[in-house]
Amino acid sequence: MNEKHILSILVENQPGVLARVAGLFSGRGFNIESLCVAETNEPRVSRMTIVTNGDLGVVEQIKKQLNKIVDVLKVVDFTGKKFVQRELALIKVHARPENRAEVLRMVDIFRCRVIDVGAEYYTVELTGDEGKISAFLNLVKPMGIKEIARTGALALGREKK
Amino acid sequence: MGMLTGAEILLKSLEEEGVDTIFGYPGGAVIDIYDRLVKTDIKHFLVRHEQGAVHAADGYARASGKVGVCLVTSGPGATNTVTGLATAYMDSIPVVVLTGQVPRALIGNDAFQEVDIVGITRPCTKHNYLVTDIEDLTRTIKEAFYLARSGRPGPVLIDLPKDIMSMTAPYKPVKKVNLRSYQPTYKPNLRQLNKVLPLIREAKRPLILAGGGVVLSKGSEELTRFAKKLVTPVTTTLMGLGVFPPQGQLWLGMLGMHGTYRANMATSRCDLLIAVGVRFDDRVTGDIDTFASNAKIVHIDIDPSSIRKNVPVSIPVVGDCRLALEILNNLLEKEQLDGISEARAPWLDQIEEWKSTKPLAYEQGDVIKPQYVIETLCRLTRGSAIITTEVGQNQMWAAQYYHVDKPNSFITSGGLGCMGFGLPAAIGAQVAMPDKLVVDIAGDGSIQMNIQEMATAVQYGLPIKVVILNNQYLGMVRQFQELFYDGCYACTDMKCAPDFVKLAEAYGAVGLRASKPEEVEPVLREGLAIEGLVLMEFHVEKEELVYPMVPAGAPITEMLLI
Repeated sequence: MNEKHILSILVENQPGVLARVAGLFSGRGFNIESLCVAETNEPRVSRMTIVTNGDLGVVEQIKKQLNKIVDVLKVVDFTGKKFVQRELALIKVHARPENRAEVLRMVDIFRCRVIDVGAEYYTVELTGDEGKISAFLNLVKPMGIKEIARTGALALGREKK
Repeated sequence: MGMLTGAEILLKSLEEEGVDTIFGYPGGAVIDIYDRLVKTDIKHFLVRHEQGAVHAADGYARASGKVGVCLVTSGPGATNTVTGLATAYMDSIPVVVLTGQVPRALIGNDAFQEVDIVGITRPCTKHNYLVTDIEDLTRTIKEAFYLARSGRPGPVLIDLPKDIMSMTAPYKPVKKVNLRSYQPTYKPNLRQLNKVLPLIREAKRPLILAGGGVVLSKGSEELTRFAKKLVTPVTTTLMGLGVFPPQGQLWLGMLGMHGTYRANMATSRCDLLIAVGVRFDDRVTGDIDTFASNAKIVHIDIDPSSIRKNVPVSIPVVGDCRLALEILNNLLEKEQLDGISEARAPWLDQIEEWKSTKPLAYEQGDVIKPQYVIETLCRLTRGSAIITTEVGQNQMWAAQYYHVDKPNSFITSGGLGCMGFGLPAAIGAQVAMPDKLVVDIAGDGSIQMNIQEMATAVQYGLPIKVVILNNQYLGMVRQFQELFYDGCYACTDMKCAPDFVKLAEAYGAVGLRASKPEEVEPVLREGLAIEGLVLMEFHVEKEELVYPMVPAGAPITEMLLI
C-alpha cells in the first residue's frame, strides 16, 4: 500500500550532494513530492526534508539507497514517530476592493499575515501543515490566486518524554 | 618542506596507495601528469581507446583483487570511460579513474575538451570528486582508494583540473581516512547468524547460491568448507563462477536464464536457500514470484540495499561474506552433524537424476560447435586459465563449458553485459598475472568493439590468447529473434567482418583459423603453445543456440532444452 513518508536526511554540505540525492530518486524511479534543503546549525551539515511515497518495500529501498550515498550521514523516516511538521507558503491573492475584507478575514482565521500589499494583490504568508495550507488555498481560490510559492514540508522529531 | 607540483603530489599519493600500474591515454589536460609519470616507477600501459583503459584496469582488479587505476584526459577522454565505469559499478569492481579537467578558471565556460564528467558519472560510480583546491588532493586520493576497495567495492572517479596539476604546494601525506558518513558493516550480527542454524537443522533440501560477493570478499575457501560440512549443493551466479570446485556431486553449475537444468530445478525445489554475495538479478531469478518459492531464504551481503530489493528474505545478514561464512563454520563446529550425508541422500539423488536426464548437451556434427571449442579449450588448459569473455552467446558458452577452478579466474561483464569488455579486460588480467594463461573468449561481433586493443597487447608483449567463435551473427540477439520474434533477424547479420587471421598479422600478432571440427584441437594446441598474442578464429555453426534457455521473465523452471 502506498503511503506518504517524510524523510529527514542529514548530509555533508558538499557540492553536488543535492544532485546525488535527486539523481537517486529519478534514476531509480522513486517519487519526490517535495524537497527542502538548507544548512543546519553545524555549517558542514545540511538537512534535506523529502516527502515521498511508496509501499513499505519501496520506502525501505529508498532509505537503504540514501544511506549508501557517501555524503549522507543519517536518514530518519518520521513515519510512526512523534514529530512536528510545518510548511511555509507565500500566496499572492487577488484583493480587489470588494473582496479585501474577505481575504483579511481568512488571514485572521488562519492566523497568517499579509506581508505585501499592492493595488491588486495581497501577498499572504502562511505556515502550517499541508492540510492547513490546502484548506486556505481552497478558501481563497474563488477570489483568484495569482501565484504561490511553497517550501514543502519541514519536520523535526519531538523530544522523548 | 619542499614544494611539489599537483602532478607530483598526485603521483606520490598513488605510490602511497601501492599503485604500480596505470592504464591510460594522454591528452592536453593531463599532460603535466604524464610529464611526471614517466619519471616514476609506475608502469603505464598506453591503450588505444579510453574505454579499453577502464576495462583493463577493471580486468586487473578482478584478476588481482587490487584496485585498478586508469588515467585519461578531459572531455572525450573522460566520456569514453563512462561505459567502463558502468561495467565496474554493476559488478562492484574497485577501480579509480583519474580524469583531466580544464583549468578551474575555464570550468563552466564550455572550454575546449571540457565536460562535466562528475555530473555525467554520478549514477555509475560509487563516488566521485572534482578537486577544486590543491590542499584537498592527497586526502581525496586517499579517500577514493579507500572507497573503491572497502565495503561493497566500486569505481571512484577523480576529476583533476589542469591548473591544479601544474601549480605547486607542500606535500603533506594523509595517513588515515576520516569519513564519518561512510561506515560499511563488515562484522555480521551474530544473532542473525545464530538464527540460520535451526533452519539448517530443519532443512531437507538446502541449497547454497554464491555470487560475486564471495569472490570479492575472498570467501571461496570458507564457502567450500561450509558446503562440504553441510553436504549441501552449490550453484553460483555468472559472477560467482570459480568460488566452488567445478566437479563432484555438490556442484550444480550456474543458475538462471542459461543455467543448468539441475541448478534451476534445485533452486525451485529447495526448502532453504542460503544466498551469499548475490543481488538476485533478473537474469538469475526469472519470474520473481515463483523464484525459490518453496524456500526460506537466508541472504548474506555487505550491501544492505541488496537485501529485500528483489526477493523477500527470511533472514537478512549484513556483513562481509567471508567473515559471515567463517562464523557460520565456527558455529557449525558445535553442531551434531553425524548422519547428515544419509539425510541429504534423497536430495542429492534427485539432483543427480536431473543432471543425468538433462545435462548440458550439444551434438558435434560436420560444422564446429562453439561448445566443442570451449570444452576442448577447458580440457587442454585443465580449467586453470584466467578466462575473460565478451558478451552474448560466447559468454554463456564460456560459463557453461569452461569450468574455472579458482575464484578471480572468470572475468566477465555480468551486470552491464558490456560487449567489448573481454580483450581489454584480458590485457589488465595479463598485466596483473604475467605468469598465468589468459584467454579471451569472444564472438565475432563483440571482439570488434574493442579490437584496437590488439595493438596494446602487442606493444607490451602480453601473450593473451583470443578465441573468436565466429558465427557471422550477433548470436544472442539472433537467438532471441529466432525464438521470440518469428525469426526476423533484424540487423543481426554480421556477414562483413575482417579476415581475423590477417588482422592479427597486421597487428603483429599470430592468427590461426579452424573451419572443421578436426582442426579445433590442433589449432588450440598450436595457439596455446605460441608465446605471444594469438588470435584463433573458429568458424562455428551459424545458428547454434545457447541451451538451456529461460525466456525473459518466465519461471526459471520453464527451460527451453536442446
